[in-house]
Amino acid sequence: MTEHEITLTVNGTEHDLEVESRTLLVHALREELGYTGTNVGCESSLCGACTVRLDGDAVKSCTTLAVQADGAEVETVEGLAEGGEFHPIQQTFQEEHGLQCGYCTPGMMMSATDLLAENPDPSREEIREGLEGNICRCTGYQNIVNAVESAAEELSDGAVPDGGAVRWPADDQDGEA
Amino acid sequence: MYPDEFDYYEADSVAEAIELLEEHAMAETELLAGGHSLLPAMKTGLSSPEILIDIGDVPELQGVSVEDDTLKIGAMTRYSDLVDAEAAHEYAPALTAAVEQVGDRQVRNRGTMGGNLAHADPASDLPGAALATDVTLVTEGPDGERRVPADEFFFGMYATDLGPSEILTGLEVPADDDAIGAYAKKPSPSSGYAMVGVAASLTVEDGTVSSARIGANGVMDHGVRLDPVEEALTGESLDDDTIEAAAGRATDDLDEAMMMDDLQASGEFRAQLLEVYTERALQAARDEVAAPPAAD
Repeated sequence: MTEHEITLTVNGTEHDLEVESRTLLVHALREELGYTGTNVGCESSLCGACTVRLDGDAVKSCTTLAVQADGAEVETVEGLAEGGEFHPIQQTFQEEHGLQCGYCTPGMMMSATDLLAENPDPSREEIREGLEGNICRCTGYQNIVNAVESAAEELSDGAVPDGGAVRWPADDQDGEA
Repeated sequence: MYPDEFDYYEADSVAEAIELLEEHAMAETELLAGGHSLLPAMKTGLSSPEILIDIGDVPELQGVSVEDDTLKIGAMTRYSDLVDAEAAHEYAPALTAAVEQVGDRQVRNRGTMGGNLAHADPASDLPGAALATDVTLVTEGPDGERRVPADEFFFGMYATDLGPSEILTGLEVPADDDAIGAYAKKPSPSSGYAMVGVAASLTVEDGTVSSARIGANGVMDHGVRLDPVEEALTGESLDDDTIEAAAGRATDDLDEAMMMDDLQASGEFRAQLLEVYTERALQAARDEVAAPPAAD
């Protein structure tokens, strides 16, 4: 069969759609359903720009067929904010200046939310390892790590200890990115 | 990048998948597991199957269990599920260490143990670890079930003992809770695949190595055992001198002219890397004896 009726529940909304066998999940989301927050980057499973959560797990939607996701819950970057309020990971990416051009940001945030769901208090090294499947071509990794660290703090105690001030890489003595 | 058109079937059981393979035996057919090797190959046009049979969600192919001193791993167990299984860390530390270094978080959430081994990419992290941990590969086909030792499974680049209508259903690992193991890898800076990866699985009794299995990937066109290193370790204590001398024999049985040779690393460089990474894998395994890691 080359055509398939599938159901995707995206950010809580159920969608029935018809896709070709070869339709990639990222294209079903963007082109069939209009969830254009998920970006297409390298298209070869390396850059992570297309990361969404599939039944809770961060996956690369350019390397998943839409038919493989039939019946699944998909969460995209559009599903993070609730009632017009930023999700803590969005808030801290803004406060910590965790983005430059912004292209990798939706994927970074979806990987980060998966990481924080599994490990609510990651070390900076664990954050770097958790995001190794997401590439920032602006190389703005220091502030991305700051943002995820800050989101972990906010999610655990509801407060950002430093008031959200931008920290510069100079405080990061280990110098790794 | 879109793959070429193909027909897609989802199998609900191993029996149904075998029926589908037989039904479509005349077409170019591929089994789809997690898809993290197959789909990139299809998107770049390297592979254009007419039919995909998806076995990724077949219930009987999932999960990790211990039965009768054997660690059983369903072929469609995802890397992340293996890493989450305490029994895998306890009984197959070298294999688990290699799986932890496959790809990245998203890849480990989708890719499967069986998909990896059936694909038999020589630069993957698992062939060497499957050899080191003495994995038996369980297959099922129209003629029934077979059990193939890892030593007899890998034939060459992307070539295995699997028959055209056979499915890899699972892995069985001898559940030796005294086994220590480690995996040391020189990843390609661009792809993350192993330029060289060495898995070491050892049993040490009263300070002496009673058994050693060392497997390597990335070096030859398929995963290989490093017999001279195993011989040099067996009956010895795991001190620095023994490790260095054993690692120095890593290439003794390998033909350097047949080593993988590409833009990333020449065969000659890989031969040097193999000695270095063999030494690192052995040191990492030894350090595990000295200070068993806390369970987390």
